[in-house]
Amino acid sequence: MDEKILLAHGSGGKLSHDLVESFLPLFDNRLLDKLDDSAVFELGGRLAFTTDSYVVSPIFFPGGDIGKLAVCGTVNDLAMSGATPLYLSLSLIIEEGLPMADLQKVMASIKKSAEEAGVSVVTGDTKVINRGSADKLFINTSGIGVVPPGVDISGSGAKPGDSIILSGTIGDHGIAVMSKREGLEFSSPVESDCAPLHGLVADMLKVTGQIHCLRDPTRGGLASTLNELARQSGVGMRIEEEKIPVREGVHAACELLGLDPLYVANEGKLVAVVPKVEAGKVVDIMHKSPYGQQAAIIGEVVTEHPGRVVMKTSLGASRIVDMLVGELLPRIC
Amino acid sequence: MRFVDEYRNSELGKRLVDRIHRRSKKPIRLMEFCGGHTVTIFKHGIRQLLPSTIEMLSGPGCPVCVTANADLDRAIALARFPDVVVATFGDMLKVPGSYSSLQEVRAEGGDVRIVYSALDALDMARRNPDKSVVMLGIGFETTAPTIAASVLEASREDVSNYYVLSMHKLCPPVIKALLDSGEVRLDGLVCPGHVSAVIGSRPYDFLARDYGIACVVSGFEPLDVLQCIDMLVAQIEAGKPSVEIAYRRGVRPEGNVRALETMGMVFENCEANWRGIGVVPESGMRLREEYRRFDAESVFEVEVSLPREPEGCICGDILRGVKTPLDCKLFRRVCNPENPVGPCMVSSEGSCSAYYLYGEGLAD
Repeated sequence: MDEKILLAHGSGGKLSHDLVESFLPLFDNRLLDKLDDSAVFELGGRLAFTTDSYVVSPIFFPGGDIGKLAVCGTVNDLAMSGATPLYLSLSLIIEEGLPMADLQKVMASIKKSAEEAGVSVVTGDTKVINRGSADKLFINTSGIGVVPPGVDISGSGAKPGDSIILSGTIGDHGIAVMSKREGLEFSSPVESDCAPLHGLVADMLKVTGQIHCLRDPTRGGLASTLNELARQSGVGMRIEEEKIPVREGVHAACELLGLDPLYVANEGKLVAVVPKVEAGKVVDIMHKSPYGQQAAIIGEVVTEHPGRVVMKTSLGASRIVDMLVGELLPRIC
Repeated sequence: MRFVDEYRNSELGKRLVDRIHRRSKKPIRLMEFCGGHTVTIFKHGIRQLLPSTIEMLSGPGCPVCVTANADLDRAIALARFPDVVVATFGDMLKVPGSYSSLQEVRAEGGDVRIVYSALDALDMARRNPDKSVVMLGIGFETTAPTIAASVLEASREDVSNYYVLSMHKLCPPVIKALLDSGEVRLDGLVCPGHVSAVIGSRPYDFLARDYGIACVVSGFEPLDVLQCIDMLVAQIEAGKPSVEIAYRRGVRPEGNVRALETMGMVFENCEANWRGIGVVPESGMRLREEYRRFDAESVFEVEVSLPREPEGCICGDILRGVKTPLDCKLFRRVCNPENPVGPCMVSSEGSCSAYYLYGEGLAD
């Protein structure tokens, strides 16, 4: 029979020890290998510190899995402060009965993603809980990064006249997960855009020292992110529907499910607010990164309607784009 | 994307808007019956683009919104039964009934699950033989055929733990009831698209013939709606109301014969209670005698207290087209999608939700 995770794997005894040992070679680094209670290291300069928990269902989806997500999500939170990500913690809460092969697959994916992102997993924890008390696997990662001197990015830095840049198509991640979860099949399946964005951010910082805001539009989608930035900065935002790239499959799935791509989650996109004079060269450099090939200026920051996002529709009318409220629920008819 | 992008082409859209401006001379009042059209109209800002001669009203075509509290209370009560799983389309979850909501019952331990189709609910019944699975039959002629198909399949396979609580509603009878009430005067009707894909365009013939109302069936893309409005204006200006289809890729005059047959095998017409409108004869559907064993209402003895409406909520008036959300004292102040007081704020196709989400009435 296929090996499954047992409660004993989390008991702190022999099985626990063996399980942890079996994963150590994946993250081969001297801080982790010591197996001390804490990883001890030195860092200079200003630090960025963030944490996030990942509870996606299903744990494997087109274009990624919960492991890749747990690395990229946290790396991206650091990157959105302009930080260079360095170290991650990795904490697993496993439901009893999870196939060992699934766990190994997730761990291998974490290794691969961490390598791509250039971060080391330096501390970790594993718990196993009763069947039914969790949905297969929950992961928490925390991350530490160093913010280069002179970089000052926050959600409250947007100024009237700034350009709003989006790094690529929206809704890919949410639709990939939702269609897998609901068993929807499309002729060309939508893949999650899950990706580490710190490299893209580093490239952007090379061409301008004036990135006012950066944020990754994850849950709540582009609409919610723009609303957050507008509120935090006390400015209005105007965007144009026609400038926002949406993949065909995402468009189709949204039509089918009655969703608006503006509210669907992304895991490999960012929104940047930069002075208008800088916007052109920022977009140019983004186009050279694998994660910014469809980057576009989608709108501008204005003094009018502070805290609100207004979109010019493709027909030339305008309407408010509000925050996501409640859960995304598919419609009846 | 084929069948979507060409219906959002901004150049074509602007040309249609120009034509409507040129054609429209006398002041007219149009109603979009369907909540899906309301969403298209607000999402693309279509009201702003129309000439001042055209007044648009939103109609009662939101299945969640028109479900009366008495019916909703029964569904909520069923979710409290031991070993009953209530399967529902997502929109229903948050609708406040008289005393509670499905969402609250779920939080209290009731088994309420979201499904995308009745066949998923039937599948759930097969996989959980020790539970009774009750599918909430909410919706218009659009959803009823698939629910009917699930009952036929359950009957064929002798699934003994699958039930339907039928709260289905039919569109043409309620349009008639609205007009007969005399509260709303209309020149033209943007007829529902998905509903008409099932029933066809003929059931609207009486509107043009007996009431002199121009009728055009519309699709859900912005160009569909603009084309529909253009055709309505042309009919009205010419003084020749008729029934036309501006959604030929989805709707034939005779409808979907197979879907109608399936629906007719399982359901028969009955009176139905509409929120804000009241009991309308022949506007609902119940399971026929031979399928009564799948009828949750006949099988489960549900007792509910007298229904009540939330104080100050004018969803009923909004559904009849006599008031708009902007007339409501609760709108935006107390009632919002996070804390909806009435159903028109809960459903994504409700007028209040569309007004709220797309910022209607907020100065730019």
